Amino acid sequence: MLDATPKEFTERTSGGMINPAKTCQPIGAMYAALGVHGCLPHSHGSQGCCSYHRMHLTRHFRDPIMASTSSFTEGASVFGGGANLKTAIKNIFQIYNPDIIAVHTTCLTETIGDDIPSIIKDADIPEGKTVFHANTPSYQGSHITGFSNMTKAMVSYFAEAAAIKKEQANLIPGFVNPGDMREIKRIAHLMGVPFIMFPDTSGVVDTPMTGEFVMFPKGGTKLAELADSGASKLTVALGRFASSDAAEALAKKCRVPAVTLKTPIGIKATDAFVMALRRAFVKEVPWALEEERGQLVDIMTDTHFHFHGKKVAIFGDPDVVTGLTEFAVSLGMVPVHVLTGTPGGAIGSDVGSFEEDIAAIAGQSGHKANIKAGGDLFALHQLIKNEPVDLLIGNTYGKYIARAEDIPFVRVGFPILDRSVHSYLPVVGYRGAMRLVEMIAGALLDRQDRDAADEDFELVM
Amino acid sequence: MAQAVAIDGRQDFITTKGRQISRLKCDDDSIAGAVSQRACVYCGARVVLNPITDAIHLVHGPIGCASYTWDIRGSLTSGEDLYRNSFSTDLKERDIIFGGEKKLAAAIDELVAKYSPKLVFIYSTCIVGVIGDDLEAVAKAAANRHGIEVIPVQSSGFAGNKAAGYRAACDALFRLTAPATPAEAALVGKDRSINYLGDFNLAGEAWIIRDYLAQVGVDINAVFTGDSSYGELKKATRARLNIIQCAGSMVYLAGRMEEAYGIPYMHVSFLGLADTADSLRRIAAALGGGSLSERAEELIARETAKVQPVIDGYRAKLAGKKAAVYVGGGFKAISLIKQFRELGVEVVMVGTQTGRKEEYETIDSLVADGTVILDDANPSELEKFMTEQGADLLVGGVKERPLAYKLGRAFIDHNHDRKHPLSGYAGAVNFAAEVYTTLCSPVWRHAKMGGDLDG
Repeated sequence: MLDATPKEFTERTSGGMINPAKTCQPIGAMYAALGVHGCLPHSHGSQGCCSYHRMHLTRHFRDPIMASTSSFTEGASVFGGGANLKTAIKNIFQIYNPDIIAVHTTCLTETIGDDIPSIIKDADIPEGKTVFHANTPSYQGSHITGFSNMTKAMVSYFAEAAAIKKEQANLIPGFVNPGDMREIKRIAHLMGVPFIMFPDTSGVVDTPMTGEFVMFPKGGTKLAELADSGASKLTVALGRFASSDAAEALAKKCRVPAVTLKTPIGIKATDAFVMALRRAFVKEVPWALEEERGQLVDIMTDTHFHFHGKKVAIFGDPDVVTGLTEFAVSLGMVPVHVLTGTPGGAIGSDVGSFEEDIAAIAGQSGHKANIKAGGDLFALHQLIKNEPVDLLIGNTYGKYIARAEDIPFVRVGFPILDRSVHSYLPVVGYRGAMRLVEMIAGALLDRQDRDAADEDFELVM
Repeated sequence: MAQAVAIDGRQDFITTKGRQISRLKCDDDSIAGAVSQRACVYCGARVVLNPITDAIHLVHGPIGCASYTWDIRGSLTSGEDLYRNSFSTDLKERDIIFGGEKKLAAAIDELVAKYSPKLVFIYSTCIVGVIGDDLEAVAKAAANRHGIEVIPVQSSGFAGNKAAGYRAACDALFRLTAPATPAEAALVGKDRSINYLGDFNLAGEAWIIRDYLAQVGVDINAVFTGDSSYGELKKATRARLNIIQCAGSMVYLAGRMEEAYGIPYMHVSFLGLADTADSLRRIAAALGGGSLSERAEELIARETAKVQPVIDGYRAKLAGKKAAVYVGGGFKAISLIKQFRELGVEVVMVGTQTGRKEEYETIDSLVADGTVILDDANPSELEKFMTEQGADLLVGGVKERPLAYKLGRAFIDHNHDRKHPLSGYAGAVNFAAEVYTTLCSPVWRHAKMGGDLDG
C-alpha cells in the first residue's frame, strides 16, 4: 500500500506528517497515571480523546484501560471547562471511588486556558482522596512528553523532602511495558537494593484473569511511596526523554541526587544500570545476575555471525530506540537509519540531542547513519528506498514498510496492535536482551529459510 | 435479580423491560466524569468517510487525532489504498497562536504534489474549532489552485458526540455527490441502479451484498462508504433508490438526497437469515417486483438451504445461552437480537452508544421481560448487568473485549476489529461459528482462579 512513496527526496516544508511515528501527550499521561495505585486517569477535554487513548492502550495491552472524561460540549469550550471538571471530580469519587484522580489536559482545554490547579482547589474532594494534574498540550512534544510530564507531576505533588536519606533508590522506568518494569524491579531485588519505582504499571495493565473485573487492580506506586521518594538516596532515571524531568524535579525539590541512564536495553545499558546501583549502595553484584549476564554473552557469541554486518533500520520512541541501537551495534549490526517521531532536543544543548546520542552510538559500527528526530514513517520509507536494509525494528506501523520493501521485521516498542504477549515479556535487562537476540535472529533466519533455493536449504543453521 | 439501577444521574438511561414504564433517556450528553465508551464528533466523521479509498484524508490538528485513526477502520478496498495512510498537519504551539490556515494550505499542496489525488477531505478537530481556522476558505482556494475537489469536514470534537460527526460526514458527502452541471443534474435518478448506504465494507461485507443483488438483477451504483471511490460517488445521484444498512450514520444523508433529488430510501438489514431474506424481498419489490422478486426468492431458497443446516448445527450447541449486547448504534443492536434468536441465544442485556428513541422502542418490543436496556453505558454498568443477568457472552467493540474476558465471559467483536464478514448468508454462518468458537472454547475451564488446579 506504500507504492506511492517516491524514492526521490523532495523537501517537505509544510510541517505536516505522513504516517506519524509519534502520537500526542495525553495518552502518555494516561499511561503514566495508570502506574499509580488506586488512580483513575481523567482526560479533561472532549470524549473522543479519552476514547481514543483507551482504545489504543487497550489494543496494545489487551487489558481493560479505565479513564474518565470531562465530556466537553460546545458550552464548555466557550465558557471554560471549570464546571465540567468540578462535576467530573464529584461524580468520579461518588461513582468509581478511586483513591486518586490524575487529571491531564488536552489541546482543547490548554487552548481555552483552563487553570487546572485553581479548579482542583475549588473542587469538592472527599476526605482522604487526592487529585493531581499535569498539563499535556497535544501540540507540544509527543506521547513521551506526556508520560514525562505526568511522572514529573507525581514528584511535584507528592514527594516530601527528608533530612535523613534512606538506603533506597528511586527507579523511574520510563515509557516501557509492565513486563519491562517487572524485570527492572527483579534486577533491583537481586541487587538487594530497596527501591521505589514510579510510575509502575505492572499489576495494573497485565492483571491476571480471575473471573472478576477489578476497576483498580493491585499494582501501581502507592501514594506513601511517592511521598517517600524524597527520602531516597538516589534517583535512577531510565531514559532521558521519559524520565529525566521527574528525576531533576526531585533533585531540586528534595535534594535527591539523580542519574539519568539509557533505558537498559542490551548488555551495555543493563551493565550501566547494575553498576549505578552497585556504586550507590555498595553491593556486590549477585551471582544470579552475573550468571544471567554470562549466559547473554554466551548467546551473543553463539549467534554473532548471524548478525555481523547486517544493516538495520530502527524507529520508535527515543529512549527505546537509543537502547536498541546500542544493542544492535554490540551485536555487530550496522544501524543505517534511525528515526523517532518525538522532537529530539536541541543539538549541542547540555542534555544533548537525539541525533548526537545516536550518532555517537551508531558511529561505532563504522558507518554514518541517517538519523532523524521528529520524523515520520514516510521519511523512513524514503530513506530505506534509497539505502535498503536487512532488518526493520519498530512498532506495529513498521509492517507497512516491511511489506512494501519485503524486509524482515521485529516488533519492539509502542504501540504493538497486531500481536499479543509482548507487553508481558521484557526487552530490558539481560533476559530482555536474550529475548531480543532470539527475536532478531529468528526474523533473519526465517527469512534465510524462506529465500533459500532447494540446494541451499539446510537443517542446521 | 435486582432491579436495574445505577449511579446517580444515570437511572434515566437504564430500564428493565416489564418493570418500568418510564421512557429510556437517550441522545443526551454524557455525564462529566463518566468512563464513557463514547467517542467524539471527529471520530464519527472519520469512520464514515474513511472508506473513500482514493481520497486524501487530511486531519487538521495536533498529531493524536490522525494517529489514533490511522487504518483502524478495517474496511477493505478493491482499488486504490490512499485512505490507509495517515495525514496530519501536526499543529504545533506557534500554529495555535498564529493560526493554522497557512500550514493547512501548504500541507494540501504537498500532498497533492505527491499523490495526485482526485479528492481531498480536510477534517477539523477540537482545537481548529477553537482557534477558528476558516476551513471553507482554505478548501476553496486549494480546490481552485489544483483543479480538484477539496471538501472541509466540520468535525470539531466537542461539538456534540459521534452522531454529530455522522452528520458532518453526511454533509460532506452531500456536497460531493451534488451534480456539478445541468447535464449531470438531468441524469438524477435515471440509472436503474441503487445506492447502498451505511456499509463500510468491513471484512468485505459490501462485496457479499453486491454479489447477492447482482444475482437478483439489481446493480449497485455506489456504496457509501465501503470501498468507495471518487468517480463512483460523483455519479451517486443517478441511482433511483437508496437502501440503508447503518441507519445511525446514513439516514440523514438519505433524507437530504430524497429532499433534494427525489431519490427515495428504505431501511434494510443483512444481518441474520431472516433480515437478509426480508431485505432482499423488499428491495426486489421496491424496484418493481416481477422477475426481480422471482430471482430474489430463488436466491433466498438456494442460500437458505445451504446455510440453514449449518446454523441449526450450531443452534443445537448454543441453546439456552445468554448474550449481552453493547454496540454503537441501535440498528445493529436490533439486528443482533434477532440474529441471536435464530441461534437459540437469549439477549438479556442490550445497550448502545448512540441509539435513537425509536430504535430503543423497537428493542423494547423485541426483548423478553427482565432484559436490561441501557444507553451510553460505562464499564461498571456493563460489568454489573452482565453479571446480574448471567450473560455468557458480550458483543461489543475494542474497549469491551478485555472487560468481558476479565469476567470470564465470551466475546464477539461487532465493530472495526472483526476479521470476517458478518453480512448475508455467509456472514450468518461466520457469526454462528464465532459465537460457538468463543462460547465453547476450552479456555473458560481455566477461567476461575484455581479452577483447574483442584480438579
